[in-house]
Amino acid sequence: MNRITRLTLSALLSSTVLTAAAVATATAATHPETGEELAQDQTFTYRLLDNISSVDPQIVEDADGSDVVRDLFEGLLNQDADGELVPGVATDWDVSDDKMTYTFHLRDNAKWSNGDPVTAGDFVYAWRRAADPATASPYQWFISLMSLENGDEVVAGDMATDQLGVEAIDDHTLEVRLNTPLPYFPQMVVHSTTFPSPQKVIEEFGAEWTKPENIVGNGAYVLTQMNPGESIVREKNDQYWDAENVILEKSVALIINDENVALTRYQAGELDMTDIPAGQFPRLRDEYGEEAHSFPKLCNYYYTFNLSDSGPEAFKDPKVRQALSLAVDRDIIVNNVMAGGQPPAYTFTPEATAGFTPPEVEMASMTQAERDEKARTLLEEAGYGPDNPLSFEMVYNTSEAHEKVAVVLSQMWKQKLGVQAELANMEWKVFLDERGNQNFDMARGAWCGDYNEASTFLDLLQSESGYNDGKYNNPEYDQLLEDALTADDTTPLYTRAEEILTTEKPVIPIYHYAGVYMIDEDLKNFPVNNIQFNWYSKDLYKTAE
Amino acid sequence: MLIYVIRRLLVAIPTIALLVVASFLMMHLAPGGPFTSERPLPPEVLANIEAQYGLDQPLWKQLWDYFYNIVVHFDFGPSFVQKDRTVNDIIAQGFPISLTYGSLAFLAATIIGVVLGIAAAIRHNSWVDYFAVSIGIAAQALPNFIMGPILILTFTLWLGVLPGGGWNGGQWEYLVLPVIALSTSYMGSIARITRSSMLEVMNSNFIRTARAKGLPARAIIWRHAMKPTLLPVISYLGPVFVYVLTGSVFVDLYFSTGGLGQSFVSSALTRDYAVLLGVTILYGTLTVLVNLATDLAYAWFDPKIRY
Amino acid sequence: MFGKSEKAAELAADISDFNAVRGRSLLRDAMGRFLRNKAAMASVVLLSLVVLFVIFGPLFAQYSNEEIDWTRMGDIRGMGAPSLETGHYFGLDELGRDLYARVIQATRTSLLVGLIGAGMALLVGTAWGVIAGFYGGRLDSVMMRVVDILLAIPLTLILILILVVAGRSFVALFVALGAVSWLTMARIVRGQTLTLKTREFIEAARAGGVSESAIIFRHILPNLIGVVIVYASLLVPEMILAESFISFLGLGISEPMTSLGRLIAEGAGTMNYGTLWQLAFPLFFYVTIIITMFFIGDGLRDALDPKDR
Repeated sequence: MNRITRLTLSALLSSTVLTAAAVATATAATHPETGEELAQDQTFTYRLLDNISSVDPQIVEDADGSDVVRDLFEGLLNQDADGELVPGVATDWDVSDDKMTYTFHLRDNAKWSNGDPVTAGDFVYAWRRAADPATASPYQWFISLMSLENGDEVVAGDMATDQLGVEAIDDHTLEVRLNTPLPYFPQMVVHSTTFPSPQKVIEEFGAEWTKPENIVGNGAYVLTQMNPGESIVREKNDQYWDAENVILEKSVALIINDENVALTRYQAGELDMTDIPAGQFPRLRDEYGEEAHSFPKLCNYYYTFNLSDSGPEAFKDPKVRQALSLAVDRDIIVNNVMAGGQPPAYTFTPEATAGFTPPEVEMASMTQAERDEKARTLLEEAGYGPDNPLSFEMVYNTSEAHEKVAVVLSQMWKQKLGVQAELANMEWKVFLDERGNQNFDMARGAWCGDYNEASTFLDLLQSESGYNDGKYNNPEYDQLLEDALTADDTTPLYTRAEEILTTEKPVIPIYHYAGVYMIDEDLKNFPVNNIQFNWYSKDLYKTAE
Repeated sequence: MLIYVIRRLLVAIPTIALLVVASFLMMHLAPGGPFTSERPLPPEVLANIEAQYGLDQPLWKQLWDYFYNIVVHFDFGPSFVQKDRTVNDIIAQGFPISLTYGSLAFLAATIIGVVLGIAAAIRHNSWVDYFAVSIGIAAQALPNFIMGPILILTFTLWLGVLPGGGWNGGQWEYLVLPVIALSTSYMGSIARITRSSMLEVMNSNFIRTARAKGLPARAIIWRHAMKPTLLPVISYLGPVFVYVLTGSVFVDLYFSTGGLGQSFVSSALTRDYAVLLGVTILYGTLTVLVNLATDLAYAWFDPKIRY
Repeated sequence: MFGKSEKAAELAADISDFNAVRGRSLLRDAMGRFLRNKAAMASVVLLSLVVLFVIFGPLFAQYSNEEIDWTRMGDIRGMGAPSLETGHYFGLDELGRDLYARVIQATRTSLLVGLIGAGMALLVGTAWGVIAGFYGGRLDSVMMRVVDILLAIPLTLILILILVVAGRSFVALFVALGAVSWLTMARIVRGQTLTLKTREFIEAARAGGVSESAIIFRHILPNLIGVVIVYASLLVPEMILAESFISFLGLGISEPMTSLGRLIAEGAGTMNYGTLWQLAFPLFFYVTIIITMFFIGDGLRDALDPKDR
């Protein structure tokens, strides 16, 4: 029924388009490279879950907000459809022999949307601004993560911002000094915190500078409408240096809180792209074929044991942890619960991560029956059984999908091992607070990589890490990660670190995320192969139906 | 009368101040703060940000500054979560939207409800009555949030006649579904109240007398029965008006209208203290004013009441 | 929606005419009137059936409310439909759990929420109203000012605040619902107490040296029962509606427990995905409970209202 209505609707639409096209045949454009006929209306409309945190590149902290910021501003480097680095404002860069100094050469035709040239000074201003305590950016720590010279001191407010290791040699040359050789540094300047910002405009309007009527950017689009709770509209920026190759005229984000409603509106033709609710991917793929997409994302999903003093005694025994991990039938979770093409996880770091070779995991090659058998044996050896049942509480934050996974996990443990796992869901802020203070037995965790490198995940379990809520502590593991910072070939180190995790099991990896989306067939070039999901409206275009 | 109004308004000020203090303390009691995030901020960064928003001050100082800025500058502070916006921005943008579709829903519910109720009472025990009663009860018994997905499926996907959400400056196509969704359940209760009130009035002695005198039915209904019938309806309308404005969360969530309802709920969940307090003050003031208006209307309708 | 019943105003008006001290025959009259009210009696029967279903339904359930049917969970749309053969009489929910067992458990929760929420309102509201009305004077004006202030607060806000602060649990839910629903009850009870206080039999008891607490418990409270019961019965559906709204916001009770509001919210999300039974069954029970409670409340009010129609 839906399908039919949609077809008739689109038939109606296309007939009107045809009449319109008949008049305007002369102007019907084609794609310069592929020769495809382009749609008259180059507007991309997609669904956003919620309001974004900011459009200020140095302030923005959420992924959805960064998607918008990447259209409004352009950093030194961009990513292409596969996540490879391509020139942005910088055309190329040199690295010193000690790998501690990077020199970026900026293009001379880059302009702000008010016509001013984009200079190296704009980057220096922006980076100092990000590091400046007065800016109060929640992403201030990113400057420390970048290992900029004096970064930590400036962030702490112990040094003036002009001591930061970034300098404009001339208008088109930017020099960056690091305090440690960071092999993946160029990857980091793709992040929105490092985008330039217009000093003149910020000083003129203060906090008001991000309003659509004031904002000035150097990206391919300008912000024309900001309707919180409803929509965000950005339109093509004619001042952009590569504007002639930008096909998409308009990018519209509609804020739709309920994913099912969003899907309905997609089916009604109001959206070009929307998230597929958990469990609906197989049905939509059957009904809509190519429109339903699933692609790997650089994120993991796991449960962490509380290994600190406040955690249960039982979890101090690696056998118990192994047993619980073994009894999780990941295939059921990825195929029947999420059902969106998520890969089952046997390692903490997603296999898709660049430069990462997962170790041989014994568990991955076993059948589920063998795993269950082994789990029972291990749990028995640890002293838990029918007369001494293991029981604990597992916490997760309120969300339909997390709840489903938690329910299924608890049932697997209950039915296979006789383990009593009590479910406790908490509203997000409470959850973070309790987890951060080790007030839990077992807690849900998930992480999306900040950059495409295994350390973005493995660092989380380092004993000092602020995100190590389970308080896992293994000196060998810490040492491996420290060595990796300066090693030429990091792959074996990461593999070894992951091997330690598989034997010690401080966490139970469940699955790795997949981006599961409905994408209209007319929309081309969406970078489904970019596992960081960094997409740019300027690379998209729509073909005529 | 005037003195009564002034006195009520004066009492409202400490009421709202108390409400602010209570919500403020409750929010600070709740675990987690606006800057509790998945990646815990390094302590020095967190300290920076908290200093920026004045959250490092003692609670009484924060409260004092808050009131001071409101009274002196009419400034409700910045949002901690939507960092590009101040609370003044959020209210200025969201409240007109809530007010527009809320008032329309209120009008629709009242007019349709009263008409249905009166029709049912006049044609007591006829099919009109049964129809009106069934509609009223069904509308009231369905949880109002399921109207969202049902309407969008029907009018947007299947019939394809109305947009499934958005606001677009309040064009009529975008208003229809939110107004229907919001008004239905109140329409049901208003119809039921009007009906039973009218039945009662029609059975009362003074109407019987009027009938006995041979006055035409229409004159009796319009001239004599109307006012007393509407009395209980009016006392119900006050709270309804407040609810269509404050209880409209589900409309904002389903129809992406950009109204204030969603801001309130999400600010409570994200611990966006300033937004939460701002919206609370607004809604509290509104409630006080609407309650006052209801009482005045009541006095006008019922000459027995004097202030 | 929460606690400020449309009925309250009507009721308050009725109360002033309500002659509470006519003795036993009045209650018997009321009972007779209630028994003759067809809609109310039909509702009582229907509601009793729902209650019986909640009590005895589990005997016929073949699965528990949390057990997952692993073999069918992969294809809920194809294999999860209601069927006598599989033993899933109401079908499966999104996770492959037996909806029959879940609906029973949810109905129980919702009934409990209605009863306990209304009960809380009844206890607090009656106590507050009686004390204010009986002792009068400054105490009365302070207590009633508190009620007025609380009535000026949008109750949705309070509900959300309480649940955010206190976390999600049965107790928090009941406290939150109780906290927002006792105000009107307190007002009605106070008004009623004020009129009772001036009656001859109370004066007589006072003159006879009966202690104040004895007067409250022996003479005032028994005469309040009618009004209080009527109002409480009107509160029950409101509590259930309020709980469903909380569930919709994701602040309701925690898995594996569920309530009708939660099941409906889940079912409403998936209604276009070919699993309509997930909405239909909980909605049916929900609507049945609400409508029957409406009629029972109306019937009680009519029965206890001495004005002859």
